[in-house]
Amino acid sequence: MSLRRLLFEPGFFSSAPVHTAVLIGAVTAVVSAVVGVFTVVRSQSFAGHALTDIATTGGSGAVYFGVSPLAGFIGGGVAGGGMMDLIGVQRVRSRDLATGIVLGAATGLAALFLYLDATQSATTGVTQQILFGSIFTVSSSTIPIVAICSAVVLLLIGVIYRPLLLSSISPDLASVRGVGLRVVGLLFMLALAVAVGLSSIAIGSILSTALLIGPAATALRLTRSIRGAMVVACLLGIATTWLGVLLAYDSDYWDPSSQGLPVSFFIVAIAFLIYLLSGLAARRHVGRRNGDIPAKEACGLEDDTTSKAVA
Amino acid sequence: MIDPPVLDVSDVRIAFSGRKILDGVSFEIRKGEFTGLIGSNGVGKTTLLRIILGLQRPDSGEVRVLGAPRSSRSHSLGYVPQKVVLDADVPMRARDLVALGLDGHRFGFGRRSKHQRELVNEILHDVDAERFADSRVGNLSGGEQQRVLIAHALVSRPQVLLLDEPLANLDPKSVQEIVALLHKVSSEHGVAILLSAHEMNALLPVMDRIVYVTEGRAASGTTDEVVRSDVLSRLYGHHVDVLKLHGRVLVVAEPRPEADHLPDHPTLTVS
Repeated sequence: MSLRRLLFEPGFFSSAPVHTAVLIGAVTAVVSAVVGVFTVVRSQSFAGHALTDIATTGGSGAVYFGVSPLAGFIGGGVAGGGMMDLIGVQRVRSRDLATGIVLGAATGLAALFLYLDATQSATTGVTQQILFGSIFTVSSSTIPIVAICSAVVLLLIGVIYRPLLLSSISPDLASVRGVGLRVVGLLFMLALAVAVGLSSIAIGSILSTALLIGPAATALRLTRSIRGAMVVACLLGIATTWLGVLLAYDSDYWDPSSQGLPVSFFIVAIAFLIYLLSGLAARRHVGRRNGDIPAKEACGLEDDTTSKAVA
Repeated sequence: MIDPPVLDVSDVRIAFSGRKILDGVSFEIRKGEFTGLIGSNGVGKTTLLRIILGLQRPDSGEVRVLGAPRSSRSHSLGYVPQKVVLDADVPMRARDLVALGLDGHRFGFGRRSKHQRELVNEILHDVDAERFADSRVGNLSGGEQQRVLIAHALVSRPQVLLLDEPLANLDPKSVQEIVALLHKVSSEHGVAILLSAHEMNALLPVMDRIVYVTEGRAASGTTDEVVRSDVLSRLYGHHVDVLKLHGRVLVVAEPRPEADHLPDHPTLTVS
């Protein structure tokens, strides 16, 4: 009982904002983890980052026009993702360029909207909320739309799983198997845009890549298959957001004069720490694995079979 | 009775921005034959393979696979592309990559049946890749990765296997091993092989036929029919000598004054 009191400050389990935060945090963590694994494998972290900036534009624009920020995050991301795809995200060489161009334009537009939002409402709270999120202020009425968007993304990734995986490993191998690289790439870009939008309402548009890339990159270090990486990334993502929510809630009580520290800070910091720790674990793991392959012996074995084959 | 060709390339032409790359290339490949597609870098070997695969449309000419015009979704062709970079950071076991050769184009997660898992094990055994089947592909050596890619291409049981420079960047021992493996695939499993290379000597012991490409044209036949001074001289459009010593072949061009510093026509070409 005393341990419980130590870990969870009074009112944690009965607080409605905490309930919403825990739910939204878990759902967005799962979507971010699944999409994040492919984002890392496809080396599209930069595209993911650009989408966060575009989501910022969408979110701040939505506030200005009086629409829900979530609609702005997702709408902006999807439009931006489509635009990046049109300009040439498919070719690795033009990918960076297209991403950079769209990113720059979107950030400029976001600056305008955030300025207008702040002057209109005469407060800087909106800017803070769009950029850095505030999972405790998410209204519970957004839960259904978050759930639907998440289900759509997870379903989409499930449907295109194998072509997406093969084209991520090698576009050549995929196209010779008849995989439509363009379609698969565009669908993934849309999934990425929605994932970024969802995690924007949890931890803010600017920070949403942290939840997208952090747990996924950690999981990829520690697992032996893509599916395993997805499961581990989901678990890490959920653990990260929940721990972040708990610490942010508790931080209210650490210093009675303060209002508590932002939950986004805790989530991002935990994701980063776990990634650093996984580096140590992975290094030991790889060292052990390299040690147990007797390369010389294996080659000797091969000699016999090949000489037979030639004969 | 002679088998009908499994692959029939007739009069294929293609030009990129006005520059003729392939200018009337024709040849046939039959069941179980090992054919080397030989030519120096940049003569259009990759383009030709991509046309055969249906990934590129020729300006004119036709490619027939098993008697039928090629459609890009036909699975009678296996392909090992050039320079596949397998990332060591991606957790993919060799076995997973091979399995994607069976169903990588299909939708869904795909729970593989026992039969499919057996097919994968069988092909891993055939290419002698069992002992690293559960290692990350990105951590394997070049020769081991090549085996995995060959297994990926073969697991769907194609009748023709195309390989684009599979021997480039391999150490001499791995080259011998891969050549021996491919020879086994063609002679024992009856798979016709078309392998592109800029160096033919490693292939001489196993090649049934050769397609020698240069200057947009190609000569095909057995090695003895093609790798001759008169045939290659006609192909190059100037005199070359073919020297054979110790079972190796050297194609040597006449020194031409204007060719002194043209790297694509060195005075001594070892092929």
